[in-house]
Amino acid sequence: MTSKEHSGGGSQLEELNGFTNPGLPEHTPRLADTDPRAEKVAERQVAGWFILSMIGTIWFIVAYFLFTPGESMQSIRLHNMFVGLGAAVAMFSIGFGAVLWAKNLMSDHEGIDERHDIGGSEEDQAVALEILHQAKEESGIARRPLLRNTLIAALAIAPLPAVLVFRDLGPLPGDKLFNTLWQKGTRLIRDPGGIPSMDSERPIKADEVTIGSAYHVLPSGIGDHEASDHPINEKAKAAVLLMRIDPKELKEDPDRKDWSHDGIVAYSKICTHVGCPVALYEHQTHHLLCPCHQSTFDVTEHCKVIFGPAKRPLPQLPITVDSEGYLVAQSDFPEPVGPTFWEINHP
Amino acid sequence: MKLLADRRRHPMALVALLLVGLLLTGGAYALFTQTSSAKADTASASDIEEGKKLFAANCATCHGMNAEGSKAGPGLIGVGAAAVDFQVGTGRMPLQANGPQARVKEPQFDEEQTAQLAAYVASLGPGPAVPEDEYLDASKGDPAAGGGLFRTNCAMCHNVVGSGGALTRGKYAPNLAEVSEKHLYEAMQTGPQNMPIFNDANLTPDDKRDVIAYVKEVSDNPSPGGFKLGSLGPVAEGLFIWFFGLAAVIGLTVWLSSRSK
Repeated sequence: MTSKEHSGGGSQLEELNGFTNPGLPEHTPRLADTDPRAEKVAERQVAGWFILSMIGTIWFIVAYFLFTPGESMQSIRLHNMFVGLGAAVAMFSIGFGAVLWAKNLMSDHEGIDERHDIGGSEEDQAVALEILHQAKEESGIARRPLLRNTLIAALAIAPLPAVLVFRDLGPLPGDKLFNTLWQKGTRLIRDPGGIPSMDSERPIKADEVTIGSAYHVLPSGIGDHEASDHPINEKAKAAVLLMRIDPKELKEDPDRKDWSHDGIVAYSKICTHVGCPVALYEHQTHHLLCPCHQSTFDVTEHCKVIFGPAKRPLPQLPITVDSEGYLVAQSDFPEPVGPTFWEINHP
Repeated sequence: MKLLADRRRHPMALVALLLVGLLLTGGAYALFTQTSSAKADTASASDIEEGKKLFAANCATCHGMNAEGSKAGPGLIGVGAAAVDFQVGTGRMPLQANGPQARVKEPQFDEEQTAQLAAYVASLGPGPAVPEDEYLDASKGDPAAGGGLFRTNCAMCHNVVGSGGALTRGKYAPNLAEVSEKHLYEAMQTGPQNMPIFNDANLTPDDKRDVIAYVKEVSDNPSPGGFKLGSLGPVAEGLFIWFFGLAAVIGLTVWLSSRSK
């Protein structure tokens, strides 16, 4: 069906699949077109909205000075509310008045704009073809394959420098995805929220971690700017949750038996799904829940996944105690922390 | 005096002196420990006796006649007065029905009975006591420091301003806005139900007071941005904009394209 048939304008009705094209509905004049009083009312309505907008603007200015935000939250709340109301009324009324104007007062003449045909006329097409032929003949691209082929080759390799330029956008991650600040003998310190400075570190003694406790833990030295260039980045990889569970409830692999200390276990807090901090620990069910996508890990069984989209258990940090009774790491995490990437081929 | 002076070189003098010294220090030690234990143990024997009766009548079905625990409920020896004061004082115990989690309800015992129960359970074994008033005064705490501790240790379950949130399999972290200072402290101290324990080595009493100050600060102050919608974040806000925002947009669109009369 071409556009011509479709836009008959009701003049040439024809049957289509048994239905008659009803055409456009009859034009009914608006009240404001026929009744001068109604027109006057509509005009006043629109002007009323515009005046309301002015009132909103003036109210904004008045409220700005009348309700200056002070010390209390209540005063900030009042300031935001009244200033916001002024701005909302000012903007909304302009828009609403303009729509009313268009609907009730501007001309409601109904017209039909015909669509253009998509294809050009036959003469235009012939002219275009002629230009193409002429270009082919005059440039000699068909007669000189050497030029054609070298041009294609030149264009093909031209984007190659972009590879070098894009490569300069940032260094490759190197082994950063595999290493954290943890190493043999690093003490476990409390996470105070933020990055603790070197002299405010609070290391954790094993006997302070009672059964049912959960400690949020960072590696000692994270605030040392020589050791960690970007402490926040290091925290994002090295954050650990420390829990103590009755050793009778732990079901440990024989070869990971010495990774815990008397029921104290330490696991990476970074979810293996997309890297949210997993820290919703339930100390009776020993479930560890990720708040983002509800991945659930069972702490008693090396944090294996028991629910949710995560595919890999949380990496365990092997820990022990030093001669002073403080908890220390035996080594870095034995596997990369955080979201799984293609270097990892765990079954 | 002459008699003593004469015998001061007697071989038994050293033994006698040692004996006197030992008796003195031992006596003093016994005296001091007695006074300090008497201080800590403010509950009278009659409180413990009353508590024992209340316990046998209301709690022993699940927790055992001697609070040793049974299949239906955990043993309570060594949980301390703070745990009892929290569980009974918030109405969570006695439990009315089994479920994923004990719910807050109207407390079944008055303050005196709660204290008696707490005294009885505390007498069974050492455990955390009901906190002192000094550490419950939010005005003495530092809400900013408490906010840091709250965001690290509490916010993942209780929401960043303590509005609560869902946990696994029907459990949930409750809203903290209406919880009293004492119960906030006791919950951190004893780890009720599935909440981890934050003992004094992890969060010192001063830290706990800071956390309480933060919770009170954010729940008592009005929100500067208007309606909080329960401070639940994207869920409540998204629901609001889907229902009311989208309805307004659709309504305006219909009105824009309708014919004027």
